[in-house]
Amino acid sequence: MYDVIVIGAGVIGGCVARELARYKAKVLVLDKENDVGNVTSMANSAIVHSGYDPKPGTNKAKYNVLGNKMYDLLTKELDVEFKRIGSLTCATNEEELEIIKSFVSRANDNGVEVKILNQEETRKIEPFVSDSVVGSLYAPSAGIINPFELCVGLFENALDNGVELLLNEEVVSIERLTNRFVVRTKDKEFETRVVVNAAGLYSDKIAKMVGIDYFNITPRKGEYFVLDHFEKPFVSHVIFPVPSEKGKGILVTPTTHNNYLLGPSSEFVEDKSDLSTDKPTLDNVRVNASKLVKNIPFNYIIRQFSGLRATGSTHDFIIDERDGFITLGGIESPGLASAPAIGKEAVRLVNSVLHLETNPYFNPFRRKVIRLKKMSIEERNDLIKQDPSFGHIVCRCEGVSEGEVVDCIRRNAGARTIKGVKKRCRPGFGKCQGGFCEPLIMEILARELNLDPLNVRYDSVKSYILQSETKEGDK
Amino acid sequence: MKEYDLVVVGGGSAGLAASIAAYEDGVKSILLLEKEKFLGGILLQCIHNGFGLHEFNEQLAGPEYAQRFVDKFMSYGIEYKVDTMVLGINEDKSIIYSNKEDGYSIVKAKAIIMSTGCSERTRGAIAIPGSRPSGILTAGLAQRYLNIDGYLVGKRVFILGSGDIGLIMARRMTLEGAKVLGVAELMPYSNGLNRNIVQCLHDFDIPLYLSHTVSNIIGKDHLEKIVVSKVDDKMNFIEGSEMEFEVDTLLLSVGLLPSNVLLEDMGMEMSSTRGPKVNEMMETCKEGIFACGNSLHVHDLVDFVTKEGREAGKGASRYLKGLVTRNEECLECVAGDGISYVIPQYVHVSNVDDNVEFKFRVRSPMENKKIVIKINDQVIKSVVKLHLLPAEMETVVVKKGEFTSNNGKLVIEVEER
Repeated sequence: MYDVIVIGAGVIGGCVARELARYKAKVLVLDKENDVGNVTSMANSAIVHSGYDPKPGTNKAKYNVLGNKMYDLLTKELDVEFKRIGSLTCATNEEELEIIKSFVSRANDNGVEVKILNQEETRKIEPFVSDSVVGSLYAPSAGIINPFELCVGLFENALDNGVELLLNEEVVSIERLTNRFVVRTKDKEFETRVVVNAAGLYSDKIAKMVGIDYFNITPRKGEYFVLDHFEKPFVSHVIFPVPSEKGKGILVTPTTHNNYLLGPSSEFVEDKSDLSTDKPTLDNVRVNASKLVKNIPFNYIIRQFSGLRATGSTHDFIIDERDGFITLGGIESPGLASAPAIGKEAVRLVNSVLHLETNPYFNPFRRKVIRLKKMSIEERNDLIKQDPSFGHIVCRCEGVSEGEVVDCIRRNAGARTIKGVKKRCRPGFGKCQGGFCEPLIMEILARELNLDPLNVRYDSVKSYILQSETKEGDK
Repeated sequence: MKEYDLVVVGGGSAGLAASIAAYEDGVKSILLLEKEKFLGGILLQCIHNGFGLHEFNEQLAGPEYAQRFVDKFMSYGIEYKVDTMVLGINEDKSIIYSNKEDGYSIVKAKAIIMSTGCSERTRGAIAIPGSRPSGILTAGLAQRYLNIDGYLVGKRVFILGSGDIGLIMARRMTLEGAKVLGVAELMPYSNGLNRNIVQCLHDFDIPLYLSHTVSNIIGKDHLEKIVVSKVDDKMNFIEGSEMEFEVDTLLLSVGLLPSNVLLEDMGMEMSSTRGPKVNEMMETCKEGIFACGNSLHVHDLVDFVTKEGREAGKGASRYLKGLVTRNEECLECVAGDGISYVIPQYVHVSNVDDNVEFKFRVRSPMENKKIVIKINDQVIKSVVKLHLLPAEMETVVVKKGEFTSNNGKLVIEVEER
């Protein structure tokens, strides 16, 4: 019997799981995917919003501001890349300038520091904004984060502290018994005292399994372009347009690895697994991004992707507890920024039911990630002396060594797939998109996990790369 | 810090030829750095024949062609390191590399030759719409899995782009038992060599759809289906022209891009080929740093890569011996009407030994035209060409005596006959 089963291994499930690890509890996380942080937590703007724009008094406002403040400590403990680079919400005409000025009092209500910058002041800190930008709202607490690493870090640390994780286990039913639940997947069943529903896009479906049907989740798709890193200077803040009913709009931002993101679009879709991109939408992303930032080097585009926001029918985060079933639903933007605070609140709700004892052995620190690119020559060579595989560079575009790939596989919640390695230490993220390094990563995965290369997957269990051996008859 | 007269970055066809030429010209202190396990470069996975017609007057398979140069390189005892990645080049020509044996190391060079090859354009670079299952990969990656590792990536295949690797892979996959349903080319003409269209598509009854591209990708985990649409002259999909193909593999052969991260990191400006600008001896804008092969511009035939590598090797040798005559005067060479690029971009006539071979490509297929070379608007040479294709590199040789000026502008353009 588990104390808590968390359904969903995204950033919300990760924050809940790690927070639960601070207590003496038997905790299991279930996810239908083949890796942690593999759906909405993976495909988003990778921004920790300041929290100036959600309507005061809403859950979005409350948890965004609380969550944002938790990021410095969280990312330090988990060794996750995070930079508070600040955001600029840019007005391109006098009307918009009045709108951003009106956000100042909202920001004050939310307790977020902001400042109105005139045209000159805006240019001074961000020379790449377009000529039509007449002023901006500067929010210095906004940050950029590596969202893959955050999810991996949360789960690795949670697992280091005793939480259990099962992937490729899609919950198909939940039965409520007296003081406990039976959670069933396709061929397993688990008993638990409390369920935390952090199932993102599917949180409505999970809630309905126990008769909670007051909300629905409609996926809202956002399509993006990714630009390669390059030597020339480019934007150094998160650049937003003036937000509208449809959301925060199409932004331009650097990432923690000096790539740049353009997007997202915002369209409701029906299919919760539809991660396709389309030309008209992306053409529109180009047009809108160009309104904010001038001279975007579109020839550095290396990828397009789309993500699905879990937009709830209540238009706010749904956070409640009913007889041991805790719902965390409708966590769309600013969900990433809010996640640490939502995790904390979820565990407060768990404790209102279970009254857990503190775990005195909880270690909040994850073993440091090995990042060769950030080491001095001496540090690198010390490491290579201990383990020569750190001298063998397998990814030319991102400068990743074999040793780093092996390390990301050998950790708790470690990489099991080509994409899992890519998310954790970047081979495949660069200009060649895996064209050179994929066979090498496949070789390392096969060796480390004792797999036949035919069974190495790109992502899901069905996403094979190699179909058959050419000389099967010879064996 | 170890010091060499010449460090060559990249041990493919260009780097091998450059090292050999420099050595034969008297440069003995050479180090070649190669990222892969073996010398030879991408030719090692090109197991089809057709290489060497110009160099050896015979048809060789890729590894055979490479081996001839590797053997010669080895016979000279030139120093080299494999499994070694170059990570950076400093202004003082010191080179940072990493491997298992030496760790993270720096060597100093008096001259550097960059022969880092090219990479394939990916799905992301051309923004193919649709979902993102596995089963979509560049033709070169599929070629590696097939020819080096011994695995087939799929059994029902479609190929986007009529670049040579795509055409070669159409035949290769067919011979391994896969069904290749077709090749789509965005342009109204093929981007591959004519001989490859005939030998790889026609001979196997594989249809080539010109002015077509992939307009949608369908598949949840692995590729299930693609939609191919005809495009208009603005490259927009034509509604109603959609054809569906149930395939498990989509190979991309949609162009190659010179790989020059190391030079870009040094702040070197790239030309329209995405390679550095070079002068008559393949020297970049940074004195003593030379470039050749597919990292300078993408070649159609390896024989021409070898030739260019040799030029760079000789250039570096000349530079090391102090034989370069430099003065302010320089011709800037540019692409005129109908031409997409010209190499070299600069010519110091005083430094020309015997002649300069200009390399260029035309923008579209043409017949019965004149290639005209002008210096400061004055025609110095004109050559009749009956067939011109963007897929084929063209050359015109200008002898030292034919240069009518030492400075100003040299333009190569296509004119009516």
